Amino acid sequence: MRDNLYADTPDLQALRMRAKNLRRHILAMARGQGQGYVGQGLGIADLLAALYFHELRHDPQNVGWPDRDRFLLSTGHYSIALWAALAECGVIPLSELSTYGADGSRLDMSTLDTTPGVEIIGGSLGHGLGQGIGMALGLRLDGSPARVFVELSDGEMQEGATWEAAMAGAHFGLDNLVALIDCNGIQADGAVVLDMEPVAEKWRAFGWQTAEIDGNDMAAIVAALREAREGSGKPKAIVLRTLPGKGVPTLERREKAHFVRVDPGEWDALVAEFERTAETIDG
Amino acid sequence: MAEQARTLAMGQDEARQDARGIVEAPFGRALVDLARSRPEIVGLTADLGKYTDILPFRDAFPDRFFNVGMAEQNLVAVAAGLARTGKIPYATTYGVFATRRAYDFIAIACAHSALDVKIIAGLPGLTTGYGGTHQAIEDLALMRMIPGLVVIDPCDATEIAQATAAIADHPGPVYMRLLRGNVPVVLDPAAYRFEIGKAKVLREGRDVGVVSTGLMTERALDAAAALAGRGLSVGVLHVSTLKPFDAEAVAGFAASVDRLVSAENHVAGGGLGSLVAECLFDRGIAKKLHRIGLPDRFIECGSVPHLQARFGLTSQRVAETIAGLV
Repeated sequence: MRDNLYADTPDLQALRMRAKNLRRHILAMARGQGQGYVGQGLGIADLLAALYFHELRHDPQNVGWPDRDRFLLSTGHYSIALWAALAECGVIPLSELSTYGADGSRLDMSTLDTTPGVEIIGGSLGHGLGQGIGMALGLRLDGSPARVFVELSDGEMQEGATWEAAMAGAHFGLDNLVALIDCNGIQADGAVVLDMEPVAEKWRAFGWQTAEIDGNDMAAIVAALREAREGSGKPKAIVLRTLPGKGVPTLERREKAHFVRVDPGEWDALVAEFERTAETIDG
Repeated sequence: MAEQARTLAMGQDEARQDARGIVEAPFGRALVDLARSRPEIVGLTADLGKYTDILPFRDAFPDRFFNVGMAEQNLVAVAAGLARTGKIPYATTYGVFATRRAYDFIAIACAHSALDVKIIAGLPGLTTGYGGTHQAIEDLALMRMIPGLVVIDPCDATEIAQATAAIADHPGPVYMRLLRGNVPVVLDPAAYRFEIGKAKVLREGRDVGVVSTGLMTERALDAAAALAGRGLSVGVLHVSTLKPFDAEAVAGFAASVDRLVSAENHVAGGGLGSLVAECLFDRGIAKKLHRIGLPDRFIECGSVPHLQARFGLTSQRVAETIAGLV
């Protein structure tokens, strides 16, 4: 178990450094593969840094610890960010990141639960939240202090199963459950094709204690996660407004960022741009 | 003119014409008995607790029972999540909803990870007069295509009770058809032993061999008894488990009879009949197979005895079909 559980004064600078490291890993992995879900990965790097280095009670040396907090990545194609986080916290070796998407690698383009640290098979969108509800029910039945964090996305909310699960989460009063809704404004066909707004109002109406934040603001993320610890008898939803490609201005501006393909010669420029941008960020 | 039968309300049982004993809600009873010594067993339903016989479990173990409302995708997803915390969920709904509405969740959320989820599926085949929306006529075909999923079609109250316990000891996902309400006792509980993946010869015969599953085993046994009086020797091999399929037993049974018949409460393609044909062809056994099953069409509303007779699933119709083959 980690020592800095629920530290009252999280070291925001340290968490921002972790987020930078995740972005550095993500760019290196995508460069090796030549392509990938870089936009999404860069967009949720801040959230994953806050989870894996602050909020989650987990043990990288014992991923099967029964009382661990669960993080479910419902959008399996965001795997690039999860691999970066799992490597950064020591679940998998950093040296393995270069195998991302390669034949025979454990670090697939879409998550399978055979990789250590992966709680569910993501990628068939709409699957994560319902499974998170089952876990939260099971853990509550066992009297476990563990909590369940489920990442899902704005496009994914178009899957009707999301709302089946949203109803059940509130019905069962699962205050050990936190939905982390990554609203990055993109989906496979481009910009979100079916208007999902107002997202936060929808979750409130479904009976969830809901916060809406800038998903790339570390202080806001940490504060929202802290509020979500309350035993209010309600499940928690945090709506994170994130910027796809965050940290690499060229990618932030790219119009169709769902699946990023980059020319081999372009990577040096993108990485240099990231490092320059990272230097200018406070911390 | 005889009075016409009418479609019964959901949950009403048709009056039985035979002398067989019945057990009320064999699944619910068996689950309660099992759960007393197995605290990891939990029950779920999607607003069909009453009609899937799981209410005895709810009443005995209210803290371990979850009704998710009319939401079958979530039913299966929640069951998968519970399984990932060490529980053994029994999730009930109708076969049509489990398979048609929640297929992706059974395949990916449960079977892909070999999770310990038991899907209990009511109204198999032609056991309701509510028409195509409620009659799970193709569920066995759909479910047997999912890698690693055990598929069971029990034939009576004895088998339902035994299978309910047996699947808890099988690590992995199961799809089990459910006969609910007043369920006949066809198999002697003292003599019969259900085993996952094992077909059982229930009656020896030389002239015709019927390979049957689900409630059609009862019909096949009745038909065999009736035909014996007419000098025809008819054997019955009961295949309770379509997956894993006991191909050895089927091949051995086929070799021991002159004519082979399959009988299932399901469309005649994709289920038991197709499995038997695959098994025979794979082994180079050249034997003509007559497949008793439902036609390739949706079936209308009506009273169940009327529909079963019309579509060849009653004991009398099975006997007529067999007699017509020889």
